[in-house]
Amino acid sequence: MSNRNFYLVLAVAVVLFALAPVLVAWAPYEATMGLVQKIFYFHVPAAMMMFVSAFVCGIGSALFLFKRSARADRLALAAAELVAVFGVVVLISGPLWARKAWGVWWVWDPRLTSTLVLWMIFLAYLLLRRYGGAGSEKLSAGVALFGMANVPFVYISVDFWRSQHPTTNVVMTLVPGMRGPFWWCVAAFVLLYVLVLTLRTRLEDQRAALEDLYLKLED
Amino acid sequence: MTDFFRIAWLVMRKDLTIEVRSREILYTTLFFAMSCVLVFAFSFVKEGRALDDAAAGILWIAIAFSGTLALGRTFERERHAETLRALMMAPADRPAIYLGKLMGVLVLMAVVELIVVPLVGVMFQAPLLAHPFQLLALLATGTLGFAAVGTLFAAMLGRARSRDVLLPVLLYPITVPVIIAGVRGTAALFQAEVDEPMVRTWVAMLVFFDAVFVTLALWTFEPVMTE
Repeated sequence: MSNRNFYLVLAVAVVLFALAPVLVAWAPYEATMGLVQKIFYFHVPAAMMMFVSAFVCGIGSALFLFKRSARADRLALAAAELVAVFGVVVLISGPLWARKAWGVWWVWDPRLTSTLVLWMIFLAYLLLRRYGGAGSEKLSAGVALFGMANVPFVYISVDFWRSQHPTTNVVMTLVPGMRGPFWWCVAAFVLLYVLVLTLRTRLEDQRAALEDLYLKLED
Repeated sequence: MTDFFRIAWLVMRKDLTIEVRSREILYTTLFFAMSCVLVFAFSFVKEGRALDDAAAGILWIAIAFSGTLALGRTFERERHAETLRALMMAPADRPAIYLGKLMGVLVLMAVVELIVVPLVGVMFQAPLLAHPFQLLALLATGTLGFAAVGTLFAAMLGRARSRDVLLPVLLYPITVPVIIAGVRGTAALFQAEVDEPMVRTWVAMLVFFDAVFVTLALWTFEPVMTE
């Protein structure tokens, strides 16, 4: 992304985020849950970005393994870190809602469990990258590929069991007053995701370039 | 194609020959599996009786934990003697080497299960012989799924730092579907009224998992093991 586009996206994102609280406040109250339901505008987009990021990381890792693209590897690293970050958002905002709606912080429901598992797979990826020593980027790429392949498996398990968690169907059947603010928030999160991913990948690119320069200097 | 399976067979035979001579991995893994059963018995037995579904859970925990130990040791042995590099330099298909390694691990885990499963059955009053084929199907598909992922990860961690810690760190989150399906399927089999459709569902899930992950492992073994 060029600098100009970056600032353009940044400006749009700032506007979206600035207006999001107003729209969320204006949105109608949900009949049974009332105010607590509002966390949905924050929780669901974060969860969406978490899953998207897992796939970005998996695809980047596949490109790195099979096409030997170092750039794809740097993208995969940035995406893996974002899975961890958005995962924290999801795993904190979820229990906050659950405490009010279900009366407990956590239940071993498939969707909760699968999100936790996915988050842990990408934490394992980051741990391997950090402590695996030289050559660990290739190994972690393998882990990311397996992690991505795991997503549908854990996701299917949602349909397998009777689930307590609101299904993804909720998003499609939102009442009109909620639909607008919801997709507004999703758009804001998508832009935030793209911006942070770009920045983080760029940092990694520059780090690699610096490494190259050092090596050239030593020769 | 015949070459492919011949190489896999030779790699497995080599591993098993070494193992038969020392029996180190077998004895330590077996003892460790029994320790797992013992340790978990303390948390799942109340007034001399096991809780519902405890047998299935303990069985799969013992399999997963002891399997990790066996995987780690198998590749530690190769690393110690610098033979993994030799194996990688051999003019052989990498996927064939992976398959041979996987079969070796499977044989080892099968022998351990041969003793641990009856042990759990006796100690937790699990009706092992009521539906032997369904139990066998669950054990076979579950072990294959676990070992398929484990063999790839243990092999690639061969040259990483702190590999002893990283193997379980990577392996357990990824093999969660195997553990869930194994435990739920076995629990459905061990309960008083056997839930056969449930058992079949979980076996199907495991078969599907095995197919995807064995394919993926065969596919990624080559690029991951290339330095």
